Amino acid sequence: MNNHPAQPDPALAVEVTGVSRVFTVRKGADVTALDNVSLTVAPGEFVSLIGPSGCGKSTLLRLIADLDTPTAGEIKVFGKAARQARIDQDYGIAFQQAGLLPWRTVAGNIELPLELHGTSRPVRRARAADLIALVGLSDFADKYPDQLSGGMQQRVAIARSLAESPSLLLMDEPFGALDEMTRERMQNELVRICAETRAAVVFVTHSIPEAVFLSDRVVVMSPRPGRIRDVLSVSLGDQAQRGENLREDESFFQGVSRVRELLHGEAPAGARGVETR
Amino acid sequence: MRPGPISGAGLARTALPPVLLGVAAVLLWQWAVVAFEIKSFILPGPFLIGEEFAANLQNVVNGMTVTGRNALIGLLVGAVLGILAAIVAALLRTVDEMGAPIVASIAVVPIVALAPVLYTMFGAGAETARQIVAGLAVFVPVYFNTLKGLRQVRPVHRDLMRSYAATSWQATKTVTLPTALPFVFTGLRIASSLAVISALIAEYFGGPVGGLGKSITSSASGSNYGLAWAYVLGSILLGLLFYAAALGLEKLVSRRTSG
Repeated sequence: MNNHPAQPDPALAVEVTGVSRVFTVRKGADVTALDNVSLTVAPGEFVSLIGPSGCGKSTLLRLIADLDTPTAGEIKVFGKAARQARIDQDYGIAFQQAGLLPWRTVAGNIELPLELHGTSRPVRRARAADLIALVGLSDFADKYPDQLSGGMQQRVAIARSLAESPSLLLMDEPFGALDEMTRERMQNELVRICAETRAAVVFVTHSIPEAVFLSDRVVVMSPRPGRIRDVLSVSLGDQAQRGENLREDESFFQGVSRVRELLHGEAPAGARGVETR
Repeated sequence: MRPGPISGAGLARTALPPVLLGVAAVLLWQWAVVAFEIKSFILPGPFLIGEEFAANLQNVVNGMTVTGRNALIGLLVGAVLGILAAIVAALLRTVDEMGAPIVASIAVVPIVALAPVLYTMFGAGAETARQIVAGLAVFVPVYFNTLKGLRQVRPVHRDLMRSYAATSWQATKTVTLPTALPFVFTGLRIASSLAVISALIAEYFGGPVGGLGKSITSSASGSNYGLAWAYVLGSILLGLLFYAAALGLEKLVSRRTSG
């Protein structure tokens, strides 16, 4: 998996060590979004962060992306500080909102990161065309975002996050705003894209089946303060083999119920029925 | 969505009703003036205004040129200053906080009331005072709308630019300015008619003759009511021209940038 022979080959894509993030709210009441969280992601590994609202999963992703800085602890991305990794463009990112620029075409949006980093026009064009084909939007390259459905916009956003062939993809509920049908189709496509690009993925979601279907490991988090409750190895086999029929598979259902138990049930107090949603 | 080419039938359907309404209103007006024997100093009939307009077309056009030139200079200078000031205020919070009360007070001052003072400052023979009045009237809506537009950057776009490690100039160029553009044009559209109105009203307070405002007052005081109304018609046309030009520019740019 040595995509960058020039760089020292780091053993880990992401290394989060003892990270806390405290938000200072007015009137002095601090909110601890993350409390002493540690997590590693291996190169090429697909890790989902799942948990109820307010468990800090998005905060953790934003810290890895260096869109926010931790109050305590250390984050390394490919062996570098998160800030350096951001400046070196070691990751691609996709948000819940597609966040496309409405005045640019599909191709123009995908070319954006390449353009900002000084890639020449012909190279940009070729790369965008490849990515548009990868996400199955070849007929829409010259359309504007408001001419596309929500699912298509999100596919453009994913193509854009892949523009610079990152070895790490950070995804913050990218399918959260989509309907169930579109969502499952997008998950199938993401599995295929990940198998092709061999990138490591950190994927924030609040959908249990989504986490189980996509991931090698599912990180279950609990809120107030945000902590990692457990990490579950799903191991449903190679990503390339994951397909529509996996959703009917016994191992898939087992994974789903195990994650559900971790999320709802075996809380330390054993207080069933007071599920925090 | 891009609007398709307007079909002939569609154009007729949108344009015909207002045209018919306009024609009906003019006929009703003419009929009322004749039927009730309304004196022309109270309200001249539209046919008389039309006759005067046609007979004095050259004078009306000259008046439109003089007033239009003042309004245009005011519009351009006021708009450029408004946009630049808004960019500075958006970049430097302290400038925004210091400038807010000043700009608010400019907005509250009846700007044309400054005209007599400005005539004494710049001399009654110069058009400068009128251009300044128009420029001040333009500055306010352009400044406020541009500043509002510059603050419309969506958080997701800001995050995206940060994730790309984009320089602040790159972020401004690729996200902030295109986001602000529709707001700038809204400001310009409002300002375009304000520029004409202000330049014209400023003429009432003094300065050289030749503009529409002066011509309206002098025709009215010379009991030439039809001609006064012909100049009013010229003012309406001038205002429409400015508004349509601003609207056309806005449509042109927004079609190219926002799809």
